[in-house]
Amino acid sequence: MTAADWSAVRLTAALAFTTTLLLLLVGTPLAWWLARTRSRLKPLWASLVAMPLVLPPSVLGFYLLLAMGPQGVVGQLTHALGLGRLPFSFAGLVVGSVLYSMPFVVQPLQQAFEAIADNLLEAAATLRASPWDRFFSVALPLARPGLLTASVLGFAHTVGEFGVVLMIGGNIPGRTRVLSVAVYDHVEASEFAQAHRLAAGMVAFALVVLVSLYVVNRPRAEPAGAAR
Amino acid sequence: MKGPLRGPVATAEVKRSRLPGRAFAAPTVASRAHPRYRYKLSFTMKLPLRRLPHALLIAGALCTSLARAGDVQVAVAANFAGPLAKIGEGFTAATGHSLTVSAGATGKFYSQVVAGAPFEVLIAADDETPARLVKEGLAVPGTDFTYAIGTLVLWSAQPGLVDDQGAVLTSGRFDHLAVANPKLAPYGRAGMEVLKARGLVDALAPKLVTGETIAQTYQFIATGNAELGFVALSQALVPGKPVVGSYWRVPPSLHGAIRQDAVLLKAGEKNAAAVALLTYLKSDAARRVIQAYGYGH
Repeated sequence: MTAADWSAVRLTAALAFTTTLLLLLVGTPLAWWLARTRSRLKPLWASLVAMPLVLPPSVLGFYLLLAMGPQGVVGQLTHALGLGRLPFSFAGLVVGSVLYSMPFVVQPLQQAFEAIADNLLEAAATLRASPWDRFFSVALPLARPGLLTASVLGFAHTVGEFGVVLMIGGNIPGRTRVLSVAVYDHVEASEFAQAHRLAAGMVAFALVVLVSLYVVNRPRAEPAGAAR
Repeated sequence: MKGPLRGPVATAEVKRSRLPGRAFAAPTVASRAHPRYRYKLSFTMKLPLRRLPHALLIAGALCTSLARAGDVQVAVAANFAGPLAKIGEGFTAATGHSLTVSAGATGKFYSQVVAGAPFEVLIAADDETPARLVKEGLAVPGTDFTYAIGTLVLWSAQPGLVDDQGAVLTSGRFDHLAVANPKLAPYGRAGMEVLKARGLVDALAPKLVTGETIAQTYQFIATGNAELGFVALSQALVPGKPVVGSYWRVPPSLHGAIRQDAVLLKAGEKNAAAVALLTYLKSDAARRVIQAYGYGH
């Protein structure tokens, strides 16, 4: 593999790690709220989170490009804060990936939180556990399979992202040329040998990641008990 | 828990029993009793009868013209999509044939044709792809010809940013310079040749952003995310519309000629309409459009 291809591998890993970390930080409280809220706006928020599942990346990329541009709200904000503009930068890719991979992190977490029986949290409350304590000592450990699924899917989906990155990235080696774009470039330029090396690696990666996830999250013979 | 559950179930039943009744009763009763429905009924019954001769004439005319007129599946380079739409109007008016146009990157069309895409004519952004298709037996030998010579411009959506000497390239007054992928797009390659001729490749490398096609490059600049970039003159200059921003028409001496060739693909060999399109591309009417969009010939 060439140095350019290795730089694409490193960049993709960095992007996926950063995105997953941010998504866990933002997505966990969001998923908790969605799982517990009785707000009438819940369907709206749940839909907003799920939107990237049904919207083509070209739509998301197009609006991100407009919003982050000099005429866009986000673009003017980042410029005013002295952060420069987001398109064609690593930070821009992170923002795009966080939005695009959001449902893959929030939904497994939300389902895990929803599966936690109310009486467990109520029991903890009667033992004078504070809301924070109930969340960190009861809810989060019980939601561990969901947390694992969310992290793996968030990471893997960011690695597999293409359309949004292509539209807001500008294909800059070492900064925004991630693996999926590098493969696309090789294929377009009829450099099939290079394309194969990267593409086969990504197929293997996706398979290994998903198989390990299913193995680890396999329902055990003796159920965790507490969850039911 | 039983209380709240009964509510929705009950209303659903009421709705269900109401809906079919309304839907079923309305047409039968109303069509007889209600004057409005009766009018509608008679209207729809009478109209075709009264106009039947006309309708038959029109249908007959359509059938005969369809028998003669054909459709051409055209793959066109993104930079020529605008001019082709204009040329297509004249072509359809002159011959009765219609065009089904796919616009995209020439390199992608090459892979798609190799994979058996049903395109009948390729209007490429370079001269290498048509020649290669002929060599590989996927296009009809002897049908490829240069329909236009592309004009490269350094364009910005901001008025006054780009001067007519291209001195802006050394001014440092921009963060991003957009170029189409030089490996894939002839205009991208030409843009890089300009930078090389000016000795700016290394200095500007950190500012380069690459569009997959000339169309995406245009979109980076049009949205203001890249302050300027190399595109085709045909994209910046649309006849009948004012030019947005500022541009420098790059002298052809600074880059290799962008010869754009068209070719008849094997799939279109027996389609008279496809052959007619290539002939029409060489006509004076088509040439006038091509020149109006800023292409050389």
